[in-house]
Amino acid sequence: MTLVLSVLEQGMIYAIMALGIYITYTILDFPDLTVDGSFPLGAALSAVLITKGVNPVLTLLVSFLAGAAAGTLTGLIHVKLKVRDLLSGIIMMTALYTVNLRIAGRANVPIYNMTTLFDNGLVKNVFQGSFAAFSNVIIIFVITLIMKLLLDWYMSTKSGYLLRAVGDNETIVTSMGVDKGTVKIIGLAIANGLVSLSGCIFAQQQRYFDISMGTGTMVIGLASVIIGISLLRKVSFLRVTTSVIIGSIVYKACVAIAIKLGMPSSDLKLITAVLFLVILVIGMDRSKRKKVA
Amino acid sequence: MLELKHVHKMYNPGTINEICLFEDFNLDIEDGQFVSVVGSNGSGKTSMLNIICGSIPIDSGSILVNGTDITRQRDYIRHRKIGRVFQDPSKGTCPSMTILENLAIADNKGKGYGLGRGTNRARVDAYRQMLASVNLGLEDKLHTKVGALSGGQRQTLALLMATMNPIEFLILDEHTAALDPKTAEIVMELTGKIVEEKKVTTIMVTHNLRYAVEYGDRLLMMHQGKAIIDKAGEEKKAIKVEDILGTFNQISIECGN
Repeated sequence: MTLVLSVLEQGMIYAIMALGIYITYTILDFPDLTVDGSFPLGAALSAVLITKGVNPVLTLLVSFLAGAAAGTLTGLIHVKLKVRDLLSGIIMMTALYTVNLRIAGRANVPIYNMTTLFDNGLVKNVFQGSFAAFSNVIIIFVITLIMKLLLDWYMSTKSGYLLRAVGDNETIVTSMGVDKGTVKIIGLAIANGLVSLSGCIFAQQQRYFDISMGTGTMVIGLASVIIGISLLRKVSFLRVTTSVIIGSIVYKACVAIAIKLGMPSSDLKLITAVLFLVILVIGMDRSKRKKVA
Repeated sequence: MLELKHVHKMYNPGTINEICLFEDFNLDIEDGQFVSVVGSNGSGKTSMLNIICGSIPIDSGSILVNGTDITRQRDYIRHRKIGRVFQDPSKGTCPSMTILENLAIADNKGKGYGLGRGTNRARVDAYRQMLASVNLGLEDKLHTKVGALSGGQRQTLALLMATMNPIEFLILDEHTAALDPKTAEIVMELTGKIVEEKKVTTIMVTHNLRYAVEYGDRLLMMHQGKAIIDKAGEEKKAIKVEDILGTFNQISIECGN
C-alpha cells in the first residue's frame, strides 16, 4: 500500500515535469537539457523559502517564475546568439548548478518539521485519522490536475496554436507575420516553469533539497512522455497531457518494481537509463512499423 | 508598387564556389499586376522571391514598397502583408494540426495571437463554405490532421490560408510543381480565380510555360540574374507558348539541361 501511494505521489509530481518535457521535446522538437538544472532550481527555492517560513503555495509561484526565467535564457541563447539547441540547454544546465548551490547555500538542505504543502494546519484538520495517509497523494493529484488543465487551456488559445505550429513547421509562423524565435522562447519558458514547479513540490514531499536531485530529469521526463504517448496512442479520447501523466506514473511503477525485485537503490540511475533505452527502442520500432504500413 | 533597385547578391563570397547571382538587378511591379516568372535553373527566380520576402539578405541595393524602404525589415514583419505558397506542400500548413486549426491560425493573421480561444466557433461555417467552394471534399474533413491529406489537398489549403486575409502581395514559388498534372490544373485555376477576386499583386514563379502564358498580365523570363524577356499588357496577351519556347530551350541548353 505504501509502495502504491509512493509511486502515485512521485509519479504525479514528476508528471508536471514531464508535461514540460512534452512541450519542448514533442511540440517544439527541442532537446532541452535545461531541465536538469531547472528541476533542482525549483527544489532549492522551495527548501530555502520554506526554511524562511514563506507560505508553501507562494513557493509554487516563485519556482514557476524562476524556471520560466531559466527557460527564457535558454531560448535567448538559442534564438539570439544562434547556439545549437542541445548546447544552449547544456550551457544553462551547467550554469544553474552554481545558481542552485548559491540559492541553497549548501548541497543539502533538510526541511523536516516545517510548514510545507503537505505539512500544515489546514491539511492536519482536513485529513484526520485513517485519511492522513492519503493526504499527500490527494494534494499532489489536485496540483497536477490544475497544471494539466491550465496547459490544456493554453494549448487551445491562439498563442498555444502558434506554439504547436512552430514545432510543426517554422515557416508557417513566419508566414503569419510572427517572430518564430519569440514563440520558441515562450514555449521554453512555460516548459521550464513547469519543471521547476515540479522540483519545488518534490523537495517538499521528500522534505529535503539535494544538489544532485536534477540529474537525469530529462531522461525520466522523456521516458514518461514516450511511454504515455506510445502506450496510449490507441486511446483517442484521452488528451495527450493525460497520457503523459499516466506515462509518468507507469514509469515510476517500473522503477519501483525493479527496486522491489532486489536491485539496490544506488543502481537507480542505471535502471533509469536502461529503462529509458528500452522504451526509446520500442517507441522507435512502433513508428517505423507505422511508416512501412 | 514594389521596386527592386540596384540589387546585388552574391552566394558564398570569397570561396571557390562564389556565384554572382544579381548584379545591378532592377524590377518594378505595379499594384495589382500578376507577374508570371519563368527561367532556367539557377537563374534567380526563387532567389528573387526570397529577397522580396526577406528570407535571404542582399549585399547592396534596396527594396521599396509604395516608396518605403523595407530592405532592412525582418522577414516576419514583411510577411504581415505577404501571402506565400511554396513548392513543397508541407511548408504552407501544419501537418500535426487539423484543417480547422490550420484555418484558425491563418484567420488570426494580423489580429494578434493572444490568450483568446484559438478557434472562433462562429467562423466555422465560413471556413466550411470556403472549403466547399474548391470541390475537394475538404469541408467534411475539418477535424482531419493536415498530414493525412494528399499533396494537392494540402497545397489548396495552403493557398486558401495564404489568401484568407487582406494582403498586398501574393508570392507563389512553383506552387504547382510538386503536384500531378490534374491537381496542378485545379490549383492553378483556383489561383487565377483568387487573384482575380482579390486583385492582389501577384508574383508567380513556374516551370510550366503554358501557365506563364495563360495566366497573369506580365511575363518575365529570367536568365543568369537578368530578365531577358519582360512583356506586359497587350504584348503579353499576344504571347504564345511557341514564341518563348525557343528562347527557353536556348537558355536551358546553356545551363546544361
